[in-house]
Amino acid sequence: MDCSLVRTLVHRYCAGEENWVDSRTIYVGHREPPPGAEAYIPQRYPDNRIVSSKYTFWNFIPKNLFEQFRRVANFYFLIIFLVQLIIDTPTSPVTSGLPLFFVITVTAIKQGYEDWLRHKADNAMNQCPVHFIQHGKLVRKQSRKLRVGDIVMVKEDETFPCDLIFLSSNRGDGTCHVTTASLDGESSHKTHYAVQDTKGFHTEEDIGGLHATIECEQPQPDLYKFVGRINVYSDLNDPVVRPLGSENLLLRGATLKNTEKIFGVAIYTGMETKMALNYQSKSQKRSAVEKSMNAFLIVYLCILISKALINTVLKYVWQSEPFRDEPWYNRKTESERQRNLFLKAFTDFLAFMVLFNYIIPVSMYVTVEMQKFLGSYFITWDEDMFDEETGEGPLVNTSDLNEELGQVEYIFTDKTGTLTENNMEFKECCIEGHVYVPHVICNGQVLPESSGIDMIDSSPSVNGREREELFFRALCLCHTVQVKDDDSVDGPRKSPDGGRSCVYISSSPDEVALVEGVQRLGFTYLRLKDNYMEILNRENHVERFELLEILSFDSVRRRMSVIVKSATGEIYLFCKGADSSIFPRVIEGKVDQIRARVERNAVEGLRTLCVAYKRLIQEEYEGICKLLQAAKVALQDREKKLAEAYEQIEKDLTLLGATAVEDRLQEKAADTIEALQKAGIKVWVLTGDKMETAAATCYACKLFRRNTQLLELTTKRIEEQSLHDVLFELSKTVLRHSGSLTRDNLSGLSADMQDYGLIIDGAALSLIMKPREDGSSGNYRELFLEICRSCSAVLCCRMAPLQKAQIVKLIKFSKEHPITLAIGDGANDVSMILEAHVGIGVIGKEGRQAARNSDYAIPKFKHLKKMLLVHGHFYYIRISELVQYFFYKNVCFIFPQFLYQFFCGFSQQTLYDTAYLTLYNISFTSLPILLYSLMEQHVGIDVLKRDPTLYRDVAKNALLRWRVFIYWTLLGLFDALVFFFGAYFVFENTTVTSNGQIFGNWTFGTLVFTVMVFTVTLKLALDTHYWTWINHFVIWGSLLFYVVFSLLWGGVIWPFLNYQRMYYVFIQMLSSGPAWLAIVLLVTVSLLPDVLKKVLCRQLWPTATERVQSPGYQSTCPSAAWYSSHSQQVTLAAWKEKVSTEPPPTLGSSHHHCSSIPSHSCPRSRVGMLV
Amino acid sequence: MAMNYNAKDEVDGGPPCAPGGTAKTRRPDNTAFKQQRLPAWQPILTAGTVLPIFFIIGLIFIPIGIGIFVTSNNIREIEIDYTGTEPSSPCNKCLSPDVTPCFCTINFTLEKSFEGNVFMYYGLSNFYQNHRRYVKSRDDSQLNGDSSALLNPSKECEPYRRNEDKPIAPCGAIANSMFNDTLELFLIGNDSYPIPIALKKKGIAWWTDKNVKFRNPPGGDNLEERFKGTTKPVNWLKPVYMLDSDPDNNGFINEDFIVWMRTAALPTFRKLYRLIERKNDLHPTLPAGRYSLNVTYNYPVHYFDGRKRMILSTISWMGGKNPFLGIAYIAVGSISFLLGVVLLVINHKYRNSSNTADITI
Repeated sequence: MDCSLVRTLVHRYCAGEENWVDSRTIYVGHREPPPGAEAYIPQRYPDNRIVSSKYTFWNFIPKNLFEQFRRVANFYFLIIFLVQLIIDTPTSPVTSGLPLFFVITVTAIKQGYEDWLRHKADNAMNQCPVHFIQHGKLVRKQSRKLRVGDIVMVKEDETFPCDLIFLSSNRGDGTCHVTTASLDGESSHKTHYAVQDTKGFHTEEDIGGLHATIECEQPQPDLYKFVGRINVYSDLNDPVVRPLGSENLLLRGATLKNTEKIFGVAIYTGMETKMALNYQSKSQKRSAVEKSMNAFLIVYLCILISKALINTVLKYVWQSEPFRDEPWYNRKTESERQRNLFLKAFTDFLAFMVLFNYIIPVSMYVTVEMQKFLGSYFITWDEDMFDEETGEGPLVNTSDLNEELGQVEYIFTDKTGTLTENNMEFKECCIEGHVYVPHVICNGQVLPESSGIDMIDSSPSVNGREREELFFRALCLCHTVQVKDDDSVDGPRKSPDGGRSCVYISSSPDEVALVEGVQRLGFTYLRLKDNYMEILNRENHVERFELLEILSFDSVRRRMSVIVKSATGEIYLFCKGADSSIFPRVIEGKVDQIRARVERNAVEGLRTLCVAYKRLIQEEYEGICKLLQAAKVALQDREKKLAEAYEQIEKDLTLLGATAVEDRLQEKAADTIEALQKAGIKVWVLTGDKMETAAATCYACKLFRRNTQLLELTTKRIEEQSLHDVLFELSKTVLRHSGSLTRDNLSGLSADMQDYGLIIDGAALSLIMKPREDGSSGNYRELFLEICRSCSAVLCCRMAPLQKAQIVKLIKFSKEHPITLAIGDGANDVSMILEAHVGIGVIGKEGRQAARNSDYAIPKFKHLKKMLLVHGHFYYIRISELVQYFFYKNVCFIFPQFLYQFFCGFSQQTLYDTAYLTLYNISFTSLPILLYSLMEQHVGIDVLKRDPTLYRDVAKNALLRWRVFIYWTLLGLFDALVFFFGAYFVFENTTVTSNGQIFGNWTFGTLVFTVMVFTVTLKLALDTHYWTWINHFVIWGSLLFYVVFSLLWGGVIWPFLNYQRMYYVFIQMLSSGPAWLAIVLLVTVSLLPDVLKKVLCRQLWPTATERVQSPGYQSTCPSAAWYSSHSQQVTLAAWKEKVSTEPPPTLGSSHHHCSSIPSHSCPRSRVGMLV
Repeated sequence: MAMNYNAKDEVDGGPPCAPGGTAKTRRPDNTAFKQQRLPAWQPILTAGTVLPIFFIIGLIFIPIGIGIFVTSNNIREIEIDYTGTEPSSPCNKCLSPDVTPCFCTINFTLEKSFEGNVFMYYGLSNFYQNHRRYVKSRDDSQLNGDSSALLNPSKECEPYRRNEDKPIAPCGAIANSMFNDTLELFLIGNDSYPIPIALKKKGIAWWTDKNVKFRNPPGGDNLEERFKGTTKPVNWLKPVYMLDSDPDNNGFINEDFIVWMRTAALPTFRKLYRLIERKNDLHPTLPAGRYSLNVTYNYPVHYFDGRKRMILSTISWMGGKNPFLGIAYIAVGSISFLLGVVLLVINHKYRNSSNTADITI
């Protein structure tokens, strides 16, 4: 308690009082409230300036430098550079300063340019004119001068300059239409409502005279939440208090549509607008490769430090004899002699560090960044992932994760809109047990009267008829669909009958489907006008209902209601929602029949909704009104209070019926899931939908197969048994199976490849996740994870958005730390997209929020296959080679230097010339690996797509395991030894020229360097499996460049250098026969072990990838991996058996493919094997 | 919290999916490059493709190795150590610094005659010419005849930069420690008089060093004039302009000096001292027989445990005697051949096993 008190005090003290007020009070038009109103603390608000730029002209250089040097790598190089400047080091500061300067400058220019663009955009934003009201007159001023409390006028098609409370519009009913396309991507028009008591202020003078204060919460980023209240003062009466909600709030960035002009008062300005708050940077995701890279870096840093330490110690041991430390021919200067021993040792240590610092090259970071940045273009350019229908291609929002796409182990996919089209079609409705099927839907015609209704049961009685019409009216009324009656609407949904130019728009496609479906059944929803909903009934009469309240939909309640008053004065509450949320609230109606029908429909994969109603008498309604009003006005916990109010209102309903809407599977969804599963990826479906529907979809997309044994972990089961028992029972089943599986695998004769599918619902999940009283919460989780791991597919239904993220988190932090991928299309998937290692958004119908928050966005679910199996695989292969190769080539580079210290008295003498030291990583060996890491295709694109099992070869960071890393490092060490001692023995105490002349140390270094450049480049050439002309050009070109550069560098006396040690060294070396022989020999010897290793591994222990690579693959078509072929056979056998007895459930005519035998690269051979 | 918000979105953030026209522009180009379908050669290193390479390497390397080995073995080379640390050595007396100048003579016998041009080297060991402090202790501008650098040598030359307030020419530790023994060779005939062997001083340094990199400072004919204002390196007996009587081999372009200035790579090294040109085809340059090496012993190496040697060597196209390359070539060739055989066996075996595997699956 004390602690928190102190903390609060400290915070207050530090942050200033005004920041700690949790609500703000705004004087509309800056008019003071009449005396006697509540006292309030004046607050300061920012002006309406948007600042997205990071830098100003003045602070650019210091701030940018500071930010750049915050990166560990840059800081490391800066330190090295400073050490070089300060102490006497073997290499000139240029060698590390130049690359660092280059990197820093390029980054600074890039960031500066981006910031300049932001400045420009900011200025354009901040200076655009805004109309606002001052003393009853219209004034124009720049947007940035807008202040909280100003009354603003916005005209049609203008965007709102800040967050406004909607006061009035020129429309009589006080509404306006808004599109938030640039905020959340939803292009549909949303209706916002003016405050009741101010909507009459139509003119500038009127509005200027408005006397009101607004109290509202402090700015927060949630676009859809807002609570506040407005006090409207008038001279005569007491102030009127009205609640304000998000429907009264006009957000900055949204555009006014279909409304001539509106007035609003600014409440959040500048950087406090919800839009600005929403653009805060997402947390940086780091790929597994990056993590391994950092681990390797630490190893190399240790190697570097130990090398320097070893050399320093040896130096002083060696120097302990004075004739070595200071022989007569090599005296020290007086100042050197007098230096303190420890200082000297420390300086020596630093000098060794500098000498060996190239082992961690600047260029690796630059190359990795460039590879990722440029590489992501290949994804956006991919024509196969371009969707003709929508004209959308893949988007890359983060290029940092390209390689992570090749590492995915778990995929969490949303169902609606991701696996399915989210293209709803009204299938049928069931009214009191009678089923109506508007079977003409496919033809796009509306049949007159009820002839379009196919009555399965006996025709309803009069009472039934009434009920039926009530049901249709309920469907017509209980929704939030808007009608756009024009031609220029860019919404995707046109009503099917071309005669009417009216389009239904809603954020939920189900609602549109329902309203359209009802239209076909004879009831047409016309419009909402002046709070009256108009319906065209079967007799072509217009019925008007006054819309009293909307109890809007939310995903927790899973239902919505409207309260309407009919022309006859009867008040109805219509409620529509998921069966699970309706049935418990129903007291009347043919529950059992409807439930049966709903369940049947759900099994067929249809989305079902139940409709219920309640007739209210006036008193009841007034009670409800009060209840709602109280909840709505509340500033604190409004959500909770509203939910409670809704809970009270929506009860004792009479069940009318149910609807079924079909959501078709996306094309090739099944194919994609099958491929992903074969690639060793576990696919989990997380959906808010009900269990039966979701399970049916899972069958349709082959996530569950016919022989999959389903394990249920649902609320229903938990009610019967305790969670504990259920969990243990399931785990027993699963574990027994996995035990037998291993045994069978060993014998290789597994007859029953029993695979399990788990179904869990949200309630059960929250039970599992909930920490128990005794604190042993981990127990259930572990058990649950254990079960999940043994299941080939998991379906989580009835998930709230946050639960989706919870599941992802649970798996992400389970003990194997698998790489997770979340894919979804709607706002409810955003949390899981952000949580997963890789978030993929489907550019879908439910707006663009998912796509915006994702790392990658694709137009269709099927594109995931190419994204992972091809691009992910490629980028993983590419970047892992890049990383390993970089370490390898720098071991090759630096280890000879280290060895040379043993022969030069540990004096930090460099082996290579400064130019070589500087340019080795920058130019001699940089481009081939960069191009390799962009172009490499170890296996063809088609093969990767055809054979998903190849993905398993790179799973679990296979190419960056320690074993591989050590192999590369050892290879580097071996090569370095070969270079150094090869050159050593060639040079040792002899002459290598035909004229008897002698070479010096620089020729020795140049020989080592030449062998190294050739070896390292040819090593890459050996690893390249895909030689385009670019690879040829770059590999041979960089070797040629090295030779030409060396010829030039040694061919001229460079006047700007204070030494000419390289003069003619390279040319002289080339004039010597043994040097040529040594180069050929040493390059061969260095490459030999790697070639041998490759060939032997390929021959003796080939990976699936290597088998595919082998030239004979296409003709013989060996199964890529034993596992897949085996499981295939079994599955196939199972299918064959089952198909005859019971056809698998199909979701209508569009799903023929799901019963067909999986098509394969070589179906013939497989079938042959089976027979 | 850094803002990552982009006002640009707001400015042109129109409806995200404008119909029709934009679809075309968003469509990626169907070029081979962008679709990653550039025509490519896709080599795979398999036993089949590598096998011939191993054999070819073996077949090429072994003959080359044998050739080199034979060539190297045909080179005649003799090393005479004249450090004089052993009491029995005639040069032992020269170890004491008092005896200056000190002359000593070492006799040796050539068992076989040396034909063709013979090269005379001096060799030092345990001499760290590649020590960093040593390597950089020179001024290439001064050596290139730059007159300002002549009088104001680079700081790198410390502590051999100035002496008694005069700049040292040539400055630096390398120049200061120049090898200054004089070696003379005599053929001791059957009787009496030793015949001196003509030793050529020129042609021992790189042509480019002698003619481009090293230049005397500009000025008149008199070399001493050109070096005016400088002093000799501390350890030198004579100033730089008196290294040789031949004006073309004097000053900075003295070839002994140039050879010394090319620092050796390793602590044991040899440097070319003199050439013994062959006279004609009939007589060997150095016939078998007894020779004597007359040494003017100036250069102390025993302080740092060093050795001094005189080497006589003939030269082939591949330089001096060095068995390493030949042996290495033969070894690598054989290993590669052997590996080829091993791979052949493995390949054969594997093919069998893979065939059976295919059948069982």
